[in-house]
Amino acid sequence: MSLQDYTVSRSSNAARIAAVVAALVLIALIAAPWWAGRAEMRLMGELFLYLALASLWNLMAGYAGLVSVGQQAYVGFGGYMLFALTMFAGLHPIAAIAAAGLLGALASIPVAVLIFRLRGAYFAIGTWVIAEVFRLGFAQVSALGGGSGSSLPVAVVKSLASKRAMREALSYWLALGAAVVVVTAVYLFLRSRKGLALTAIRDNELAAGSLGIDIWRTKFTVYVVTSALTAMIGALIFLQKLRISPDAAFSVNDWTAFVIFIVVIGGIGTIEGPIIGTLVFFALRETLADLGTTYLIVLGVVAIVMMLKAPKGIWGVIRSRYDLQLFPLGYRVIAPKPDNGA
Amino acid sequence: MDWLNAIVQGTLLGGLYALFAAGLSLIFGVMRLVNIAHGDLIVLAAYLGLTVTTATGLHPLLALLIVVPTMGVIGYVLQRQLLNQTLGDDLLPPLLVTFGLSVILQNALLEFYTADPQKMDAGALETASFAVGGLTLGVLPVLTFGVAVLVIWGLQWTFYHTAIGRAFRAVSDNQDIAQLMGLNRRHVFGLAMALALGVTAIAGILLGIRTSFDPSIGGGRLIFGFEAVIIGGLGNLWGTLAGGVILGVAQTVGAKIDPGWQILAGHLAFLFILAVRPNGLFPRIDA
Repeated sequence: MSLQDYTVSRSSNAARIAAVVAALVLIALIAAPWWAGRAEMRLMGELFLYLALASLWNLMAGYAGLVSVGQQAYVGFGGYMLFALTMFAGLHPIAAIAAAGLLGALASIPVAVLIFRLRGAYFAIGTWVIAEVFRLGFAQVSALGGGSGSSLPVAVVKSLASKRAMREALSYWLALGAAVVVVTAVYLFLRSRKGLALTAIRDNELAAGSLGIDIWRTKFTVYVVTSALTAMIGALIFLQKLRISPDAAFSVNDWTAFVIFIVVIGGIGTIEGPIIGTLVFFALRETLADLGTTYLIVLGVVAIVMMLKAPKGIWGVIRSRYDLQLFPLGYRVIAPKPDNGA
Repeated sequence: MDWLNAIVQGTLLGGLYALFAAGLSLIFGVMRLVNIAHGDLIVLAAYLGLTVTTATGLHPLLALLIVVPTMGVIGYVLQRQLLNQTLGDDLLPPLLVTFGLSVILQNALLEFYTADPQKMDAGALETASFAVGGLTLGVLPVLTFGVAVLVIWGLQWTFYHTAIGRAFRAVSDNQDIAQLMGLNRRHVFGLAMALALGVTAIAGILLGIRTSFDPSIGGGRLIFGFEAVIIGGLGNLWGTLAGGVILGVAQTVGAKIDPGWQILAGHLAFLFILAVRPNGLFPRIDA
């Protein structure tokens, strides 16, 4: 067995099978308007948007070490931009969603410059302050309904598609598209050169810095891109809800607490984690939501136990036991099969 | 005169914010732990006070005699049973565990006490006031401010003049060496959390006498306390008092301009100070 017999590979059989299964599932999901009922489609649409939010939060917290409890700032910002741009600038809703992303990126630049001065846990609370500033600020805008909020005008809703069935299918596809785009983008980003730099920072910031990685700029890029995408998801969320108010748009429970639970339960710092976490979260919600506050207490307990007993989440446990990686990021050395005769 | 009044009232309000912040500052100083559930613990203390006063008919200030030790015990148990397991180099476990704790506390309070706003009845103290040089000061806000000064002086004295204070400073400087010198850091951390929640109990009771409260307000109290800590400079208790005062004044002056601007003005003052003095106004030299 010489050195030449060893091969280095990124992919694996498991990853290839996962890719084929994912493609089949995706085709089935695209066809959902023909086989699923209205209620299921709404639920799945919501699930996809949560998956997108969770993947983005995971990129920030799990890879860039930016633990934010204030991403609701951009969810709400995106939602409000959708309402403002369609109502006052006459933009088509889909154009408004794209514009919301752009404006979200612009808004996040001064925010990042300011709150990157805070370290670690204080950064987390700083992001919360920013979200509160956004909430109180939008509550002051009387054109958008002030503190009580406003509804999306019928004309804007109709401009998306004239028939209700078509509108529902379109908003479902937009949600599915958003989830696919976000997960793919995170995957491709992490496989790129910048992604490698990010992983290095996660593993050891000091060592990464001494290898010439610009830590501040890498984190800044991640923050701005994540914020832009979160704002677009926010616009989509409120396109589904058709009604916005400051308390709903900037809710820390809905857009951050649940997202954090999803990522922690699924497995932080992995691409698979948010996907599993979203499925578990929705399964729990659909079975326990009738319990009301008890359900949220259960969720909190599950997250704490998970963090203490299995900090890598469900996917972390699976991966360490079976050496699986469905979204191959790292390279692995494959030893040659031993010769029978030797 | 109106403006002077706003500034004086804001200063007194700052005393309450300093009390919110003192516990936060203390546990960060000793064990580098940022407790996201801090605000919910303040609200928990207010509800405990409510239960004690309605069950025994005691005056809320006398209820402190029961609530402060109770919160202290809760703090010690919480630290030893749960939070000590999260401490280490990794930032995520303490953050996410206290975040989960915050959600649990909030919903448990909602389950037991419902979402109805509650208030503690302190009788004549609530409305009593006296006149000083043309200004009318409420007895309760002045009392709150006095308590804040006393608590911070007491914490400072504990830190620099007692054996337990020496232990706090030792584990804060170097946990491993402190351990070698015979200190059990798990126990010391437990005591620090007990002390912090004792202060939190005082803050919660004074909050509950001053305004109505419901289970959802914890996050807001955490943010006020956090802003006071950062404005004043990490690791400086007197700075925290100054931070609370600046925040309080910003809020009352903001409210004077437009009632809708009260909280927003406080946040903006915080962001402004973060922009011009990222280490706060009075940072500890070695920090």
